[in-house]
Amino acid sequence: MRIELEKRPDVSKLFSLLSPFIALGLTLVFGGIMFMLLGKDPLSALYSFFIEPLTETWSLHELAIKAAPLILIAVGLSVCYRSNNWNIGAEGQFIMGAIAGSILPVVFYEWQSPLVLPLMMLLGMMGGALFAAIPAFLKAHLNTNEILTSLMLVYVAQLFLDWLVRGPWRNPGGMNFPETRTFDATAILPEMIASGRAHWGFGFAILAAILIWFMMRYTLKGFEITVLGQSERAGRFAGFSSRKMIWFSMLLSGALAGLAGIAEVSGAIQQLRPVISPGYGFTAIIVAFLGRLNPLGIVVAGLVLALTYLGGEAVQVSLQISDKPIRVFQGLLLFFVLSCDTLIHYKIRMMWFDLTDTTADGVR
Amino acid sequence: MGIFEAILLTVITAATPLVLAAIGELVTERSGVLNLGVEGMMVMGAACAFIATQQTGSPYIGILAGIASGALFSLLFGFLTLTLVANQVATGLALTILGLGVSGMIGESYVGQSGIKLPQIVFPILSDIPFLGPLLFRQDLIFYLSIALVAGVHWFLFRSRAGLKLRSVGDSHSSAHALGINVIRTRYLAVMFGGACAGLAGAQLSLVYTPQWAENMSAGRGWIALALVVFASWRPWRIVAGGYLFGAVSISQLYAQAFGIGIPSQFLSALPYLATIVVLILISHNRRMTLINTPAALGKAFVPDR
Repeated sequence: MRIELEKRPDVSKLFSLLSPFIALGLTLVFGGIMFMLLGKDPLSALYSFFIEPLTETWSLHELAIKAAPLILIAVGLSVCYRSNNWNIGAEGQFIMGAIAGSILPVVFYEWQSPLVLPLMMLLGMMGGALFAAIPAFLKAHLNTNEILTSLMLVYVAQLFLDWLVRGPWRNPGGMNFPETRTFDATAILPEMIASGRAHWGFGFAILAAILIWFMMRYTLKGFEITVLGQSERAGRFAGFSSRKMIWFSMLLSGALAGLAGIAEVSGAIQQLRPVISPGYGFTAIIVAFLGRLNPLGIVVAGLVLALTYLGGEAVQVSLQISDKPIRVFQGLLLFFVLSCDTLIHYKIRMMWFDLTDTTADGVR
Repeated sequence: MGIFEAILLTVITAATPLVLAAIGELVTERSGVLNLGVEGMMVMGAACAFIATQQTGSPYIGILAGIASGALFSLLFGFLTLTLVANQVATGLALTILGLGVSGMIGESYVGQSGIKLPQIVFPILSDIPFLGPLLFRQDLIFYLSIALVAGVHWFLFRSRAGLKLRSVGDSHSSAHALGINVIRTRYLAVMFGGACAGLAGAQLSLVYTPQWAENMSAGRGWIALALVVFASWRPWRIVAGGYLFGAVSISQLYAQAFGIGIPSQFLSALPYLATIVVLILISHNRRMTLINTPAALGKAFVPDR
């Protein structure tokens, strides 16, 4: 058998819409098989993974809490990826944003004022942006590969946080636990609606998605991002600078990841701990692609991936299995998303019997 | 054995997985494919090697399992990027995420088990050479393989016809295609070689470096190996130099902690990652040098015309 690709004359509208859903469907099928191999009833496992978390108010709030950082980060990453800047260190920018934003409630904890919260958010964005500025500077001015530098900085950020909460920022009255003092009430991001825990981080996420969607669709900047991403040469002829674009996209995605970090810490955890993220920065990469790098699609994709976190916790309880299948689900999903995207640009021909003449290079 | 020898021995053990993973990725990249999934293939290799060793009692079967799992896992990447022309950067990331997930799942019941360390193979006479003997001739199979692989890859790339073809595919796939070279098949083989080497590197981690299984035990070494390929400017022997340099850096933190130098351990643990960044800067700020050495078609998709 061989598989041949034939380029479509135009991008397939049908498949641009369908491909994420095909990918989701395939992931469910493979997920079911995986549960079967683990010796569980696949249907009830999938039910408690994907449906049960949606049936109660409190769990919908949990969904919003988990979706918020994913959407915020992924929206920023979509700008990066569209402009061909491969920032994969959002996890580190998330952590540095959380640290920078926590300076006020941890170090200056005596200062209590309504100004604290907005300043924390601002500091968080600055922290994330500054950390993203390192790979941006290295790529724009020293020609260093941003994929590797941004990823290496994730480890650095994790270790830095670990040092802070075990060392200088450890809660003096905390029985030697590696955590900072809990934030004062003035430093905690309030709930959005009275019915549950979901905090304003989700509001920030929706707002960011709409703003970036508007920018991409209706402004010159959005056009510049797309052109430079598709062809740097064409962009240069149009007078766009790819160096400035590196700075713009990296700082933007860093700031959004930083905001996600401080919103998560201030809204959900309310103190700093050695580990503050179950890999949001990496999962957001999947979110960005599942949303087809479109901010509105990313909102939906963020909710889907948040569901995998919740579902993972749910099956831990109901089926007595570990949380490990979450990562497998997420990885599978990204694989299927990427392979289904081929359908948008190509027709796929399966050749079961080779009837055409096999030229010199034979079976591919 | 003196302290200096002991230190060098640990450096060699720390460097071997880096050298192995990097030499595999070098071949992959020389064929024009950028596989960012090294970390995922490595951790899969580590898990499968450990599990196979525990099941059979033989670390040599473990090595084979590590190699096979890495190669099979890389086929996933190959299918997506070569057959379905998916984006190589994104697919590589997907491979890493999936590898960390799957290895964590299949290895879960093996966490905390003490493994079987790969035995040393002692060369008679040679191992009695003072200083060099214990370092180079009283090692395990994977160390010998790592050196043999680097030499073999060097010979293959620059002295063999097949290697010339592979390099031509990596520099200009359309020209290679026009000459009748099967671009896609060449790249599939190169990707699988990279996967096998990453799997072997993983096996070294769970059979030699620390004979046990822990989740995420590759700890970023796959990414460091990717940086090593850039550092080596795609030349096999420079991988050895770079790998041992990085091995030394990652070991130095252990000794610094042992000797009680008053630096927080987290800062020392960050050293290998920071060193990677510094090295990348040094090597790539000269734009022209980088352009000369980089395989020209690296990361570009190829769809054969009919």
